Amino acid sequence: MTAVLELTGVRKAFGALVVTDGVDLDLRDGECHALIGPNGAGKSTLIHQISGVLAPDEGRIAFEGRDVTSLSLAERAIAGLGRSFQITSIIPEFTVLENVALAAQAREGSSFRFFGRAAEEAALNEAAMEALTRIGLGTRAGITAGTLSHGEKRLLELAIAIAGRPRALLLDEPMAGMGRAESEALTETLKTLKSTYPMLLIEHDMEAVFRLADRVSVLVAGAIVASGRPDEVRTDPQARAAYLGEDHA
Amino acid sequence: MSTLEAAPPVTRPVAPLVIAGAIFALLALTPLFSELYGGAYVTSLAVRAMILAIVAISLDLLMGHAGLVSFGHSAFVAIGAYVAGIMVTEGAQEMALILPTAILCAAGFAALSGAICLRTSGVSFIMITLAFGQMVFFGLGSLAQYGGDDGLTLWSSPEVFGTRWLTSKEGIYWVVLLTLITTWALTHRIVGSRFGRVLRAARQNPTRVASMGYSVFRYRLTAYIIAGVVSAIAGVLWATHAAFVSPSLGSWQRSGDLIVMVVLGGMATRNGALIGALFFILLEEVLSSITHDWRLIFGPLLVLIALHARGGLVGLLDRVRGAAA
Repeated sequence: MTAVLELTGVRKAFGALVVTDGVDLDLRDGECHALIGPNGAGKSTLIHQISGVLAPDEGRIAFEGRDVTSLSLAERAIAGLGRSFQITSIIPEFTVLENVALAAQAREGSSFRFFGRAAEEAALNEAAMEALTRIGLGTRAGITAGTLSHGEKRLLELAIAIAGRPRALLLDEPMAGMGRAESEALTETLKTLKSTYPMLLIEHDMEAVFRLADRVSVLVAGAIVASGRPDEVRTDPQARAAYLGEDHA
Repeated sequence: MSTLEAAPPVTRPVAPLVIAGAIFALLALTPLFSELYGGAYVTSLAVRAMILAIVAISLDLLMGHAGLVSFGHSAFVAIGAYVAGIMVTEGAQEMALILPTAILCAAGFAALSGAICLRTSGVSFIMITLAFGQMVFFGLGSLAQYGGDDGLTLWSSPEVFGTRWLTSKEGIYWVVLLTLITTWALTHRIVGSRFGRVLRAARQNPTRVASMGYSVFRYRLTAYIIAGVVSAIAGVLWATHAAFVSPSLGSWQRSGDLIVMVVLGGMATRNGALIGALFFILLEEVLSSITHDWRLIFGPLLVLIALHARGGLVGLLDRVRGAAA
């Protein structure tokens, strides 16, 4: 299988604090690659560098064989990198439908159109409804996004990400703050999505990680200390000491 | 997989259209009324109010919809007015030349200053737009050959394809009213378009919009240029109507007045900037005819409206309608 996304020697420091310490990582077609690690290990910082919110100091990020290290957040999104945010990031005053239609709009034709009524563009609304239905938010399309429950907002994040028809998804703790039942439902949804969208997943919910991931990498203090199949990582002494041990003691 | 649900239907509220229609009808009838009462003074006041409404609507595109509080917006009015004033003084009286020149100058200035201003946000954006506005203000004041600080009188008037009908009393009135209606309608279309949707979303969450693949900067800069050009057109109309231009057109107090108009009327609403501007001018006129110290009443009145009419006058109207229904 070919790598969709490939990081080589990525390094980032804030002053003296090294937050990403020479990370090599790849994401292959059709897989879910989970990135786990204790709080402050630099997981979100790494996702920010992959998506283009932050620029790495050193190293190379290749997406579908193309060097994207110097591209902006918007340019990487157009190249096919979709993402969700750890802290819910939606357009609160728009309806749920319009949130997702806006993401579809980025992929379908120019947005430097000044006179047509965007809210009445059937192609955009259909694409949005398809994404919403797939995520299970179809019935909430007409609601103002800011009034959704926390769990629904997390789902909307995901619908926005897939409506852009990305080639890969970067999911930063999609289950953060969700209840048991909600995160189980989301795990099932993500399972059906991963064949279409290879995903790099950051998640603290270990149950979800071991049900979804084909590979797991453990990030500690900015460096990857273990990487492999879930059962390998589960038994890896270094990974246990660094992370699993603390949580599963 | 569950079946695909249909997208919920889009509703277009009718009430704002009725209100706007009433306002435009009233403005269209003003020349008739003025025959009975007030005469040229009333039509001249209405022309000034309408020109400021055009500028306020363009500012609301930035403030209300794009979330960009520009404190230098009157500079674009001054640029338009001075292009007209200088060209007429130099003998180029043809509107078909003046208008494109004003548009080009405003677009150029908006592109240059906007490219710098839009690197910042929040209070920094307010301060840097103020700085550019002041730059224009002092720049125009230093044009000694065009009147300097004292301003410039247009001794002859602009022509439209050689005719003088634009500077007739009726001509300027209808042109300004038509420009106002066009600005009002086009701005609404822009806000609802693909472009406007990106702009509105970026006001609420620019990072999210960028992560969808939009270069927020390019959309904001385009909006900044559009608003600047519209204001410059208003400036050309102002110069034509007043036959006099001065740097004070671009002063920061003027920019502040414009912000007050937009907030007073209700930001990012269909009719807010329009109502705000007309109400502002009317109030200023009525109060100043009552007393010389009219600002003593005007100030507290604005405070009261700001405190009690959340969402501006349009918000107040909505609540009155809501209570009646």
